[in-house]
Amino acid sequence: MPAEFWFGVEVFLNGLMAGVMYSLVALGFVLIFKSSGIFNYAQGVMALFAAQTLVGIQTGLVPFSHLINAAFGTKVHHFGWNVPTFAAILLTIGVMILFAIIVEKLILKHLVNQEPIILFMATIGLAYFLEGFGDLMWGAEIKKLDVGIPQGGNLWVEESTAFLGGEGFYGFYLDTLDIVATVIAIVLVTSLVLFSQYTKTGRALRAVADDHQAALSVGISLRTIWVIVWSIAGFVALVAGVMWGAKSGVQFSLSLIALKALPVLMLGGFTSIPGAIIGGLIIGVGEKMFEFLIGAPFLGGATENWFAYVLALIFLVFRPQGLFGEKIIERV
Amino acid sequence: MTDAAMQESYTTPDGRKIGGVVMEMKNITLRFGGVTAIKDISFDIREGEVRAIIGPNGAGKSSMLNVINGFYHPQEGEVWFRGEKRGPMKPYEIARQGIARTFQNIALFKGMSTLDNIMTGRLIHMNSGIASQAFWKGPAEREEIANRERVERVIDFLEIQSIRKTPVGSLPYGLQKRVELGRALAMDPELLLLDEPMAGMNVEEKEDMSRFILDVNEEFGTTIALIEHDMGVVMDISDRVVVMDYGAKIGDGTPDEVRRNQQVIDAYLGVSHD
Repeated sequence: MPAEFWFGVEVFLNGLMAGVMYSLVALGFVLIFKSSGIFNYAQGVMALFAAQTLVGIQTGLVPFSHLINAAFGTKVHHFGWNVPTFAAILLTIGVMILFAIIVEKLILKHLVNQEPIILFMATIGLAYFLEGFGDLMWGAEIKKLDVGIPQGGNLWVEESTAFLGGEGFYGFYLDTLDIVATVIAIVLVTSLVLFSQYTKTGRALRAVADDHQAALSVGISLRTIWVIVWSIAGFVALVAGVMWGAKSGVQFSLSLIALKALPVLMLGGFTSIPGAIIGGLIIGVGEKMFEFLIGAPFLGGATENWFAYVLALIFLVFRPQGLFGEKIIERV
Repeated sequence: MTDAAMQESYTTPDGRKIGGVVMEMKNITLRFGGVTAIKDISFDIREGEVRAIIGPNGAGKSSMLNVINGFYHPQEGEVWFRGEKRGPMKPYEIARQGIARTFQNIALFKGMSTLDNIMTGRLIHMNSGIASQAFWKGPAEREEIANRERVERVIDFLEIQSIRKTPVGSLPYGLQKRVELGRALAMDPELLLLDEPMAGMNVEEKEDMSRFILDVNEEFGTTIALIEHDMGVVMDISDRVVVMDYGAKIGDGTPDEVRRNQQVIDAYLGVSHD
């Protein structure tokens, strides 16, 4: 087998892992859309805010330090302590749960019977607000996120695959961070699916996603369910924020990963958790393989930027509900 | 009957015990903009009885159930449950108080299986928190198994074992109605509200459904309020009947009394109103 082929396999594997990273972001959207019909424009910003909070707690940043300094003329920036990673993660989860409670109390509760478009606009407002609030609280400079995940090409993989492809082939270059992200994503999705299928709260979440009126008449409190869903989405946002933040630093552009999640959602459907995964994998692999096979040789490269969106456009024309979206069972 | 007599329990000829008043509607008026759906209606439901609410289409019967259920709030009037005046409550709070409901147009969770649908009826009796559920082993698992047992008994009772795992959206109408009844039963309600449980069924299915309703009433002593159009069924299974027409109450009493009420006969035969 020529080295070209194995290089192609490497591109495929990297595509799979890139796809997993996209899926992580798409998952947050699916969770909220499934149970409340709201497209949460703020999901990307939630990932950014979660990552900022994690770094801030970990490195002992003083929240709102710029504000305090400007108001009182002090020069505080750090508390001077460093919080161990595990504790920082738990505290950040607590912050995201608090965020979910506040969003429910101030926004969702008041817009319960409105059209979905109005709720969507509310999330746009929430996105801008949270962005500014995050910058105000933790500062807008680029921060380095370090949760102890090693980065850089994985030497073990490189060495063990070097024998393929003969001379001049150096083995698969797979970033360790990507490998860790894949494992974490698999664990996260599996637990979410198990939780949704077999536990009582998972059943309640599916019930609310199906029929609000029926859920009310069975004694399910919609407000409690929304707090739970937004908390889980916040947790998913934290995981996505950590993975992407470790890759490219915690900065404003982190919130733009939400844009990449849109083609994933269009492919996988807005209401399916497995769909978000498979859609992400298809986009990730498709992107990289297209660039490798057609983009670089024939089209001058840089096709990665637009391939996902063109693919999503095609899907919109021929299969708007995505591969797995919405219920297919309907009795006429 | 006198007021005092209303509070006394008595035993029916076929051995069921009917207790005192469990739910009372006092002067309920419900308006939607310019339309008055319910005009100053008062009636009561006694513990353990089968109370039918009948009337021509558009009389306001489903609206009345929605008022009992908490989906609509009457502009005037009071609802008394178990001897206490009920303040404004959300539908899910009312469900937790012990009032279960089926809907005219079937409100099942179409994407979930029969078993899952009926399990959602047990939600109000299950108390484990999220953390113990995420951990699963221990209290959450035990609770799930115990409630699953109860649901299996409901499934046996309604004879729907063969469709336990079928997604409810793909079931025929008659079976969907039965699953919805199962979900309401799983809630262990004190008061069961049935909105046209026999709609769209043939004679055999109606007999099955009547048998289930009567069994529930006899075995568990559940109070039942049902809206129904089939006069034969109503006369056969109910203890007392309320008749509504154009939002007003035109009859209230035993099936025999109501059958002979001239106003009721006129309403059904379509004699024009002034």
